[in-house]
Amino acid sequence: MNVALRDPRIDRPAQAHLGFIDCDVHPYFRTPADFDPFLSQRWREHRQSIGGRPRQGLAKTSLYPRMSPGNGMRGDAWPKNGGPPGSDLGLIREQLLDLFDVRYGLLAPLVGGAAAERNVEFGAAMAVAVNDWQCAAFCDPEPRLKASVQITLEHEESALAEIERRAGDARFAQVNIPPRGLEPLGRHRYRKILAACAANGFPISLHLGGTSGHASTGGGWPSFYHEEHPSYVQSMQTLVISLVCEGVLDEIPDLKVVMVEGGFAWLPSLAWRLDKHWKRLKAEVPGLKRAPSEVIREHFWVTTQPIEEPERPEDMLRIIEWIGPERVMFSTDYPHWDQDDPRYAFKVQLPEEWARLIYRENARALYRLD
Amino acid sequence: MAKHVVATVAEIPPGGRKIVTVRGREIGVFNLGGAFHALINRCPHQGAALCTGAIVSRLEAPVPGEYRLTRPDTMIRCPWHCWEFDIATGQSWCEPDDVKARTYNVSVEPGEALAKGPFTAETVPVSVEQDYVVVEV
Repeated sequence: MNVALRDPRIDRPAQAHLGFIDCDVHPYFRTPADFDPFLSQRWREHRQSIGGRPRQGLAKTSLYPRMSPGNGMRGDAWPKNGGPPGSDLGLIREQLLDLFDVRYGLLAPLVGGAAAERNVEFGAAMAVAVNDWQCAAFCDPEPRLKASVQITLEHEESALAEIERRAGDARFAQVNIPPRGLEPLGRHRYRKILAACAANGFPISLHLGGTSGHASTGGGWPSFYHEEHPSYVQSMQTLVISLVCEGVLDEIPDLKVVMVEGGFAWLPSLAWRLDKHWKRLKAEVPGLKRAPSEVIREHFWVTTQPIEEPERPEDMLRIIEWIGPERVMFSTDYPHWDQDDPRYAFKVQLPEEWARLIYRENARALYRLD
Repeated sequence: MAKHVVATVAEIPPGGRKIVTVRGREIGVFNLGGAFHALINRCPHQGAALCTGAIVSRLEAPVPGEYRLTRPDTMIRCPWHCWEFDIATGQSWCEPDDVKARTYNVSVEPGEALAKGPFTAETVPVSVEQDYVVVEV
């Protein structure tokens, strides 16, 4: 065993996680040609001869390369038969689904470039292709994995068509929307898309990161990945503020918003500030009829990874208590370098009822699984 | 505590490592410039296979912009969250006061001495002509 001088850390094997629902699993392609069977000849030739035009420089790599090989992959998740982590269903089963008896895994494909494509028609074609690819490569052979509908937020017509096309298909659990769009998500230009998600029974999932072309912070480009990683929280805060202040959540009462990988300890303090201003600035946003904290508690869900590790582990319980244990869902982020192991992620013992909700029941209810 | 023969010296050259299982636990045995060290193959943070990570140097900056690459090739970087540990002592660079990876005593013994016992040869056949790496567990 390991020697832990202050905290018991991981010498506390728990069972509460078994049969959990993983709200963040990343599938990868072996080669970009994996998408070709799902593209028309027109877009297949475009992909092969022209390729993606994302809203950032350095199109072939991250703006902030990471120290783990594969640009931020878990070191032991490389398949022996080649290809990147997340591309081999056998290894996903071995290291995640079977190891922990995972009930369901929600796929978050950060591939294909649809979200940030400047050529929005190509982006729309890639979104459809990635959706078909998720089914063919992962969800059909492994029904525990649930796909997320990819759309191009800047091409409303195709986004609406794709949401409607996948509605009612039990392989799709939610719609992925980039948390860093060209404009804050509450702006009118995105309203029809959000309404279509709600009308078709899809929660929207906002996975941290992405490349909007804007700096990741509110005040310019950082120097290090170490800075960039936490600065993405600002984009999460922006979308919470925007959806609340624009009155979107009263206009679309069925909209359910899942913030993935953005942390959550910041959510209470943000709500406190919003509540404080709401009392004073009501005249500017008369559409905001309820306290922001009330709207947030009703419409937002958060996933756990990368788990907050407060110096006093028991502080975690107070934070979850504020957010509501019925709004927190466990996620691993497999196969990324900063993924969490369900046995050891929480550095504090969760009350049994909370563990049941966080590891399973919240996701089961939200995504109507089983 | 018993001594276990886990490898021949030639099997783990300088810079090399071997992961062995002794009494049900996985242990990484490292050769750092001729000196052998053994570390549990389990990161105290979240349980990853610590000893399969990259062997790196310790990079220090007394002030921003002034870099010192100290202790070349003596740290193991966890393949998951990049926590780094001193291979010789198991001390964590992330949380040196709180967290430590378990270390084991290692020695090099001539085959002649091993043949007399009382050592447990795990899966390594011992011959008197060679030197062996022995871990105490």
